[in-house]
Amino acid sequence: MFRRSEQDKRPQVQIFVDGVAVAARQGDTVSAALLASGVDARRSTAVSGAPRLPYCMMGVCFDCLVTIDGVGNRQGCLVPVAEGMQVEIQKGKREIGK
Amino acid sequence: MTVAPKREAYDVVVIGAGPAGLAAAATAAEAGLSTLLLDENVGPGGQVFRAISSTPVTERNQLGADYWVGADLVQALHASGAEIIHRATVWSLDRNLEIAVSIGGASAFVKAKRVILATGALERPFPIPGWTLPGVMTAGAAQTMLKSSALVPDGRTVIAGQGPLLWLLAAQILRLGGRIDRILDTTKRGNYFAALPHAFAFLTSPYFAKGLSMMREVKAKVQVVSGVTELAASGDGQLASVSYVAGGKRETIPADLLLLHQGVVPNVNLAMAAGIEHRWDDLQLCWSPVLDASGNSSVAGIAIAGDGAGIGGANAAVVRGRIAARAAVEALAPAAAAKLPAMATLRSDLARAERGRVFLDTLFRPARQFRIPSGDTIVCRCEEVTAKDVLDSVAIGATGPNQLKSYRRTGMGPCQGRLCGLTVTELMAQARGKSPQEIGYYRLRAPVKPITLAELAAVPKSEADIKAVVRG
Repeated sequence: MFRRSEQDKRPQVQIFVDGVAVAARQGDTVSAALLASGVDARRSTAVSGAPRLPYCMMGVCFDCLVTIDGVGNRQGCLVPVAEGMQVEIQKGKREIGK
Repeated sequence: MTVAPKREAYDVVVIGAGPAGLAAAATAAEAGLSTLLLDENVGPGGQVFRAISSTPVTERNQLGADYWVGADLVQALHASGAEIIHRATVWSLDRNLEIAVSIGGASAFVKAKRVILATGALERPFPIPGWTLPGVMTAGAAQTMLKSSALVPDGRTVIAGQGPLLWLLAAQILRLGGRIDRILDTTKRGNYFAALPHAFAFLTSPYFAKGLSMMREVKAKVQVVSGVTELAASGDGQLASVSYVAGGKRETIPADLLLLHQGVVPNVNLAMAAGIEHRWDDLQLCWSPVLDASGNSSVAGIAIAGDGAGIGGANAAVVRGRIAARAAVEALAPAAAAKLPAMATLRSDLARAERGRVFLDTLFRPARQFRIPSGDTIVCRCEEVTAKDVLDSVAIGATGPNQLKSYRRTGMGPCQGRLCGLTVTELMAQARGKSPQEIGYYRLRAPVKPITLAELAAVPKSEADIKAVVRG
């Protein structure tokens, strides 16, 4: 869906998406890194289970909700990636304890 | 790294680091007021100057000269001595000018003598069939990724809608080597005629030449279909095609990415939750706060600057930020105000920046069918409520958006009505034969962004707080 422009010279950052290593760039938000990676990052909604991807990328739509380092319902579009970050695609509502 | 505010009280707290907030905070701090700027994003710039301090797009002409103006504002802010905290989500503001802000999962409270809200705008909802499908995004979303991560569309890409941002985005995507297969222009034909009386102001504004050259640049490379009157996205769990009607003829084209845009509207959540009076703006088709000429709202001590005060664009936002800050300085440190540009100068700057706005608002006033959906089209993305669901609720007695909550939970999901509120108001107004002003809006309350109960429970409590809720 998206690709990186060649002029992007930012250093790489490795994150893990459902346990699989994904190359991101320093300064990417989690949502941008997911959309750039080509992995199937579709979450599913708490109401009907419908698949969703980020819609607004500016913190208002909450369609980027994702589990980051064990904490559910994070807005992936507002959180910058960090080396070794563990991202889980959230299926349905936030689980108790996450 | 978590950085809490350094003090418990400030002269001025500015919320939002877009053009208005950057200008307001710099002005207030330069005049010697203790100033705190709180912003939800990773760095300064808001949406229009997003990633201004960190963008990987190094070829400056690709983002355009209007973008790099933001760097000067950031520089002025850093030189001003204002305290700046990013990744800080303000979730409460009340009439006592007490602000609750979530930073790194913990909440802090600060008190202000003056608050300047610069929470800007968000994209107007574009509720077409299939707009919740993965692969359908806002134009602003694509622009955010382009500016902050140099990402460009590379699958089959359709851009649909209208307005200046749409053409700017298309030009930027093309300059960075991205792909656009087709642009579907939904500008209503009749709007050209309606906008004509306002054309002189626009033709003599700086926006005209820029806009025209950008449209030419895009049209030379991309097929543009104008007069689009119907639009729908479809696919099974993922966008597969976009169908549209133009000139009475329906066409369906395969697509991996659909970018929607029909203008921006004030982000009202924090202002409304603070109890600030808003009125329905029938030209811009949104809620705008009731403000005096200095941006002061109906709540004493709270001013609003930038697009949150009514859509005016980045240049106007900067000036409104300076006006609101100057008014704060006049109130709190009158002697220091003498150093700042005179209010009369700022007001004429504002008039210049707003020149041509009525033309744009009239020309790009979105058509009814793209604002007020019908049938199975989703209105509330969070709770997955359709237009038919809303109308069925009206038929059995729901009178307005607040009653509708108990019927359908519209606006009660995490986005708190940001993506459905305007649609619900207009849909119910149409169904009940009332004006949007009469129908009203959701009653918004703190927390205006979801925070966990654990975070709430962890906030410092006084004896009186505990006594208020604990029996015996």
